[in-house]
Amino acid sequence: MDLTATAAPIVDAVRAAAAVEPVGARTHAEVGNQVRSEHATTAVGVPAGIVRHDVADLTVTVLAGTPVAVLDAALAEHRQRVPLQPRDSTATIGGVLATGLSGPTRLGDGPLRDHLLEVRFVTGYGALVRGGGPTVKNVTGYDLPRLLVGSMGTLGVLVQVTLRCRPEPGVTEWWSTASPPGELFECLFRPAAILADSRQTLVCLAGDAADVAVGRAVLRDRIAVDGACLPDGPHRGRISVPPNELGALTAALDRIDGVDRDDGTWLAEWGVGTVHVAYADAQQLAAARGIAERHGGWLLREAGGEADPSGAPFDGFGAAWSGSGTANGELHTRIKRAFDPDGKLAPGRFG
Amino acid sequence: MCFPRDAREVQAAVRAAQHHGVPFVARGSGTGLAGGATPLDDALVIVMSQMDRILEIDPRSRTAWVEPGVLNLDLSRAAAPHGLHYAPDPSSQQACSIGGNVGTNAGGPHCLASGTTTAHVLAVDAVLADGTATRIGGARPDEPGYDLRGVYVGSEGTLGVTTGVLVRLLPDPPAVRTLLLDFTSIDDAATTVSGIIAEGILPAALEMMDAQITRAVEDFVGAGYPRDAEAVLLVELDGLPDGVTAQALAIDEIGRTHGARTVRVARDEAERELLWKGRKSAFGAIARIAPDYYLHDAVVPRTQLVGVLRRIYEIAAEQRLTMMNVFHAGDGNLHPLIVFDRREPGTWERVHHAGTEILEACIAAGGVLSGEHGIGVEKRDLMGRLFSPIDLDAQARLVEAFDPSGLANPRKVLPAGSRCGELAGTRPVPEGTWI
Repeated sequence: MDLTATAAPIVDAVRAAAAVEPVGARTHAEVGNQVRSEHATTAVGVPAGIVRHDVADLTVTVLAGTPVAVLDAALAEHRQRVPLQPRDSTATIGGVLATGLSGPTRLGDGPLRDHLLEVRFVTGYGALVRGGGPTVKNVTGYDLPRLLVGSMGTLGVLVQVTLRCRPEPGVTEWWSTASPPGELFECLFRPAAILADSRQTLVCLAGDAADVAVGRAVLRDRIAVDGACLPDGPHRGRISVPPNELGALTAALDRIDGVDRDDGTWLAEWGVGTVHVAYADAQQLAAARGIAERHGGWLLREAGGEADPSGAPFDGFGAAWSGSGTANGELHTRIKRAFDPDGKLAPGRFG
Repeated sequence: MCFPRDAREVQAAVRAAQHHGVPFVARGSGTGLAGGATPLDDALVIVMSQMDRILEIDPRSRTAWVEPGVLNLDLSRAAAPHGLHYAPDPSSQQACSIGGNVGTNAGGPHCLASGTTTAHVLAVDAVLADGTATRIGGARPDEPGYDLRGVYVGSEGTLGVTTGVLVRLLPDPPAVRTLLLDFTSIDDAATTVSGIIAEGILPAALEMMDAQITRAVEDFVGAGYPRDAEAVLLVELDGLPDGVTAQALAIDEIGRTHGARTVRVARDEAERELLWKGRKSAFGAIARIAPDYYLHDAVVPRTQLVGVLRRIYEIAAEQRLTMMNVFHAGDGNLHPLIVFDRREPGTWERVHHAGTEILEACIAAGGVLSGEHGIGVEKRDLMGRLFSPIDLDAQARLVEAFDPSGLANPRKVLPAGSRCGELAGTRPVPEGTWI
C-alpha cells in the first residue's frame, strides 16, 4: 500500500477531530504533561511494519507504529542496530521519537535526533508532509526531522520514518567498576557509555576486540554485568544538566529526604549530562526537580509525580519551560500555530 | 554593508533594517558555494568578520564558545593544545567561518563518522529577524520544547543572525592511518566503497578521486598519486592502535577483492599530510586546466554510486564538457566538478544544462539536492523536484514562524510561491550570482 493510502485514515481522523492524541503503545504516555482539552479527544494510532531495510546502505524505513522490539529483531539478523533503547521495547518507534528520550549509550551513539533521516507526518491542518531525505547526509531544505524529535506529538502525527542504522560492534561489554566516572571520561577513548550511581560506575565498551581489551584494562575492581539498569519506581524523571554540574548535582540528590544512598535512585550519564531518577514518593521527585533547577538543569517527568503537595498538577517540564514572554516561548507558539493552527494536536502536552 | 563588533551591534543593524523594511543577510567569509549569503534586493549585508574571538575553550566538558567570524581551522588549532579538535572540516576550512558553517550545516571529509555541523553545535546565540536576541539550544543534553537548534543549523541565515556558537570538540584519536587505494576502473573503486560500508567499517574519512582530478592534483602538488589510475580512494581510519590496524587489514582485503591495484599506507605524519594535501588542493589544481569551474553537491544512497557515476560521465560526454569527480564517497556525497572556459560561446548554457541533469539523475537514484553546501539561490528553484508543494508549504510555514517579516535573507532556500497564497517572485536572480 502506498503511504498516502496508509495515512488516509490518519488524515481523516485529524481533520474530523477537535482534539487529537497520537497514540503508540502508551509506554510514554506520562512523559511531560498529559493531554488536556475541553474537547473530546480522539486517540489516533499509526500502523506498524518495516517498509524497507537497505542493508548495504545502513538505512531502514518503518511505519511509526512499529514496536522497537520488532525493529531490533529485524536489524539484528543483519548485525545492525538503531540505538533507540526505550525502557520498554514494546514502545513504538513513533512514540520514542516523539518524546525524544535517548537511551543509556547516548555518549557513544549520539542523541536520538541524529538517527532520524526522513520523516512523514500528518500536520494539524491534515496534510501528509515529508521532511528530510533518505540519504545518510542531507542539507536539502529545513530540518523538519529534528524539529519533530521530542515535539510530543504537538506538531504532527508521525506516520513513517527513515532511520540510520549502525553496524553491531564486534564486541560489546558492560562492566561495573570502582573507577570514578570522571577519571574514565578522561582516559577511555570513545566509550559507548559511562554511567554512575552512588555505589558504582557502569561502563559500556564496544568495538574491535583489541580496543575493548585496552579499555577494560583500566577499570579497577571490575565485574562483568549484563547492561545498565535504569532506576525504577512510580515517580520517575530525567534531569538534563550541563555535564560539568554532574558531581555537585548527584551529591545533592543523595541528600533528598528519605532517600538512602544505596537505593540507586539516580543514574548519571557521564559526558552527556542526563541523570535518570526514580522515587517511591512524588515529593522526592519534586525535590529532585528543584535540585536540577538549582544546578542549571531541568527535570522532565517520565512517570508519576501526581501527588504534588500544593495540589497543582505536577509540571512535566518545570520552571525550565518558560513558555510565553520569552523569545523562545514566542517561537514555540508560532511554530505550533504554523503546523497546528487549530491547536488540536496533543493539546496541553507542552506548557 | 556593516561590520558589527558584538551582538548588540548586530541587533542594532537588524532593527535598523526592520525599521526601513530592508532585507538583511549575514555573511561570514563568503566561501559558500550555493549563494546563501549573496545579497539580493539591495539587502543590508551584515559581515561577521570582526566578531572573530574564541571566547572560551572548556577541556573538561569538551566544548568551546566562539564568535561567528572565527575561522574553522583556527578553532581546531586553538583546541589542539588540549588534545581536542573541531570535527567538521570543509575543504575551505582555512577560510570559512564557524557562523557560515552553522548557516549551511557544513560538512567535510571527516563528517563521515562524526556527522555534519548540526551534530557538533550545542547552542547558538542569535538575533532573530525582529531584532530579539536569544539563545537556542544549550550546554545541557536536552532543552525543553522543540529542537530550535536543529532547525536553525542549516537555515542559511533565513531565521536570524548568529552572534555566538557553542560547539562540541572531540578528543584527538590516539592512532590515525591513511591509505591510498588505486584502481584501473572507476566502477571497482565505487564497489569498494559500498563493500567497506556493507562490511560495517565506518572510516573517519572515505574520499574518491577520478582519473582526471588525480592527474591534475599530482601535477599541482606531487602528492605521489598514481598518474595512470582510473580512480583512487583515500581512506582514513582513526581510533586505538590495534583497532586501526585490524581495520586497515580489512580495507586492504576488501580493496584487493574489488580490484585495487595497489594499497599504499602512509608511513608517517608527513606522508599522511601529503596525501591529504593532494585531496584538499583539488580545486587549486583545476585552475591550471581551465579558468572556470562549477562544483556540484548531491547525495545518493551509497549502493547507487556506480550507476550514478556512469550517468554523470555520460552527461558530460553528451554536453561536451570536462567533468571531474572528487568527493566524499563514504556517505554518497558526490561533487561533480565541471571545468570550463565561459568565454567559449554556448559553454555556460551547457554547464547549466549538465548540472540540472546531474541533479535529476541523483534524485532518480533516491538521492537529495545537497549534502553539505546548502540550497541558497543555486538550487532553490530545484526544490520542487524533491519536495511536493505540500512539503514546501510546511517548510515555508516554519520560516514564517521565525520571521513573519520575511526580511531575513529572503528568497533563499525555498522557491517563490512555496507558501500557499504567496505571490510569485518577480525579479529573477542574476545569472551566475553564486559562482
